[in-house]
Amino acid sequence: MSVESTTEKIDRVVVRFAGDSGDGMQLTGDRFTSISAALGNDLATFPDYPAEIRAPAGTLAGVSAFQVHISDHEISTHGDAPNVLVAMNPAGLRANISIMEPGTMIIVNSDAFEERDLAKAGYSVNPLHDGSLSAYSVFEVPMTSITTEVCKEAGVKPRDAERSKNFFALGLVSWLFIRPTEPTLTWIAERFASKPQVAEANTRAFRAGYDFGETAELFHQRYEVTAAPFKSGEYINITGNTATAWGLIAASQLSKLPLFLGSYPITPASDILHELSKRKEFGVRTFQAEDEIAGIGSAIGAAFGGSLAVTTTSGPGMDLKAEAIGLAVSMELPLIIIDVQRAGPSTGLPTKVEQADLLSSLYGRHGESPVPVIAPKTPAECFDAAIEAARIAVTYRTPVIVLTDAYLANGTEPWRVPAVEDLPDITVEFATQPNGTTAEGEPTFYPYMRDETTLARPWAVPGTPGLEHRLGGLEKADGKGTVSYDGENHEVMTQLRAEKVANIVSSLGEASVDDVTGDATVAVLGWGSTYGAINAGVQRIRAAGQKAAQIHVELLNPLPEGLGEILKRYDTVLVPELNQGQLVKLVREKYLIDAKGIHKMRGVPFQAAEIEAFILESLGENS
Amino acid sequence: MTVTSVPITTRKDWSTDQEVRWCPGCGDYSILAAVQMLLPDLGVRRENTVFVSGIGCASRFPYYMNTYGLHTIHGRAPAIATGLATSRPDLDVWVICGDGDALSIGGNHLIHALRRNVNVNILMFNNQIYGLTKGQYSPTSEQGKITKSTPFGSLDHPFNPVSLAIGAEATFVARTHDMDRAHMQETFRRAHEHRGASFVEVYQNCNVFNDGIFSTITGKENRASMLIPLVDGEQIRFGADREFGVIQRSDGHLEVAEVASVGEDKVLIHNSKAENAGLAFALSHLSSGVTMPTPIGVFRDVQREEYGDQMNQQLEEAQAKRGTGDLAKLFRTLPSWEIQ
Ligand code: SF4
Repeated sequence: MSVESTTEKIDRVVVRFAGDSGDGMQLTGDRFTSISAALGNDLATFPDYPAEIRAPAGTLAGVSAFQVHISDHEISTHGDAPNVLVAMNPAGLRANISIMEPGTMIIVNSDAFEERDLAKAGYSVNPLHDGSLSAYSVFEVPMTSITTEVCKEAGVKPRDAERSKNFFALGLVSWLFIRPTEPTLTWIAERFASKPQVAEANTRAFRAGYDFGETAELFHQRYEVTAAPFKSGEYINITGNTATAWGLIAASQLSKLPLFLGSYPITPASDILHELSKRKEFGVRTFQAEDEIAGIGSAIGAAFGGSLAVTTTSGPGMDLKAEAIGLAVSMELPLIIIDVQRAGPSTGLPTKVEQADLLSSLYGRHGESPVPVIAPKTPAECFDAAIEAARIAVTYRTPVIVLTDAYLANGTEPWRVPAVEDLPDITVEFATQPNGTTAEGEPTFYPYMRDETTLARPWAVPGTPGLEHRLGGLEKADGKGTVSYDGENHEVMTQLRAEKVANIVSSLGEASVDDVTGDATVAVLGWGSTYGAINAGVQRIRAAGQKAAQIHVELLNPLPEGLGEILKRYDTVLVPELNQGQLVKLVREKYLIDAKGIHKMRGVPFQAAEIEAFILESLGENS
Repeated sequence: MTVTSVPITTRKDWSTDQEVRWCPGCGDYSILAAVQMLLPDLGVRRENTVFVSGIGCASRFPYYMNTYGLHTIHGRAPAIATGLATSRPDLDVWVICGDGDALSIGGNHLIHALRRNVNVNILMFNNQIYGLTKGQYSPTSEQGKITKSTPFGSLDHPFNPVSLAIGAEATFVARTHDMDRAHMQETFRRAHEHRGASFVEVYQNCNVFNDGIFSTITGKENRASMLIPLVDGEQIRFGADREFGVIQRSDGHLEVAEVASVGEDKVLIHNSKAENAGLAFALSHLSSGVTMPTPIGVFRDVQREEYGDQMNQQLEEAQAKRGTGDLAKLFRTLPSWEIQ
């Protein structure tokens, strides 16, 4: 007979599911996220999966984890440390125990702690028995055996049934956090409609997990996280890569230009290619090229032809594309380059986050080759960043680099679905008429005559009679655009290219600071995905009655107007980056301020506590 | 819709006022002239024509064509042209490249454009040398070539561009040379007519760094005995009195024989439309250099669905099935929830 459990209301919780790559942890985490989203919680997720496709089962290298942070108020990170760790095997426990704080909850699949499993994870003694976990509330649950047991009745073979144990875990955690069972059961029925046996096994496993919480007398407490006060509207949970892809499709619709993507598969950017290749009804052409160079090359060809042209990649691909980006700079063609940054150099840590491509985006090409750079700060904002990149590209006829990263790419957050009519109009006009006269008085077309305000040159696409012209990588005569080897002209053109990018006007280009009282002495300056951790760190400082300001830059080239003045107001400017100091180098050089870099190169995002500690340290020094 | 006829043009309409910057006497001049004189006959419009090139002497070509043009980066012209041709199936896209551009730094893009059968006409000017960088050996130079970078002779075995293109699944493969305008024009015309990727190797004299390299076969006095014209439906014969013919040995290999000694009926009849590429490949290997009689003309001309057409067909099918894209619908392909 079951003991009545009590319910405690909590404002937020961080749950981490960890197990072998084959244990379905990403799916489990994703399901738990979806149910919580539907309940109205704010949330942020962090899938943490291994680079190896098939690391040996049960080893540390094969551990796949999914962390989700749910709350009844607005949050900006996936949470520093989990409150609950669900470990499906010893490796899942061992790989994550160091981030667990004393007093937190660990739920293990006790069936997976046999001698062989322990050895594979590198345990010589069973951690469940040696007292090493005494600081935690450990719950040992025989997930595999219960799952096989309940599935047996449905005629599912033990080997197949075992695969459903992640649904047992999901059921148990759903019970623990008072999530409804209905959405998961419906989802299972739909997803596995064609495989009734699997559907049955998963359903039974899920119910068994839920019932286990209810009846096993192991858990005496359930927890409830109620809905967060969201702005009213329709929401979906979106990854950065999907948001990027949808932003590109939206930009194509808004600019009325057909979308062309030239891309070569690379982790962690490939999902953008996958998503776009599904959307052919939008007239999206996706071209899986023979290499990274052909990816961008084909996009340049499409841009010349009048498409909204894009190439997507990650760090190593950026190296290969450098020469072609220079060509697009020289030919002044609109082009969007998405770099989903990952840890380098070389192959580096292909699935792990780093923000180390900022300087190479700005300076990683020969000659002087200015390119605007945009970095969205959350997964959902990748949507807006893609549209703004497209707007800048087509308005100024320039390649634009968008720096997202592995964390934004795979992380999710709720996105308030915009009304299509609220999206910006970024229509662009092609040149249709001659814009000059030859010495003989004939009307002609000069491809490098510039617009006075934007300095953009005209975009005349093939098929337009009378505007036939040649573009190339050789230096062009200012205005006429014919080949010119003249040094003086080259200096003018170099300056014009720089000036055009320096004077880009963008909604992202207005510097602002979040300094509630206006008298903080320490400001934290960030870019890209560190936004969440910085924001959470600053909130902690404020919650403790202290002061700190936050400044976040989304347009990295040109840097926002007025940024220098803002930074100069503070005694201390801290610049946390997942690199050895790139933005900090730029602001020190540009504004002559003694900004201090904070660096992390561990392939994982900053934690709010780390940011908090750095701010506290500076506050101590300032007082 | 009214069908507007293509305006009558002359060579002058297709030429720019840019000063042509090749060395005097370079074979590129005659290729340029052949193209500029041919285009008025092809029933195409200047505004719908694009020449795309990479880097090298040959790649200056687009600057001299009064059409749309792109002079891009070394080796990448086939990739850039692929993006243009697939996104703009209405255009006539030509790729101009040299042997170093297409076969060395750009080898990867060339073979993939060919196997995909993208609708581009690739003219590869083969002078068996690096001209623009002033005389290093190229991927088509004969082994043992003495150049500035190989004072002891080059070690590399050369590519046979026609064999390479056939091996890369090209649907149209031909060879011509800069000394014969009529042959060039006929070859280019067929390349243009072919929907899909067309590859034409043009033997081109670099009179500065590799002068006369082809004269043993393309020189007026040598042509009859050294060039083997490939003409569809005709026997593959050559010689002043057409006394030589190409025959297939019992072991499958091709060889040149005296017709009188092997008999008329043994001589192969050329068929560029043959589905199987085996004979075309064997023909391309009949000669391993400029000291041997060399086939010239269209080796292969077969139909396979064009890449951009297929891409567009997928778009049309998706639109027919799902209706044209609707952003509001797209945003709801993921499960959504409502907050009041
Ligand atoms: S170097 Fe050779 S190929 Fe180049 S322009 Fe001069 S002659 Fe022609």
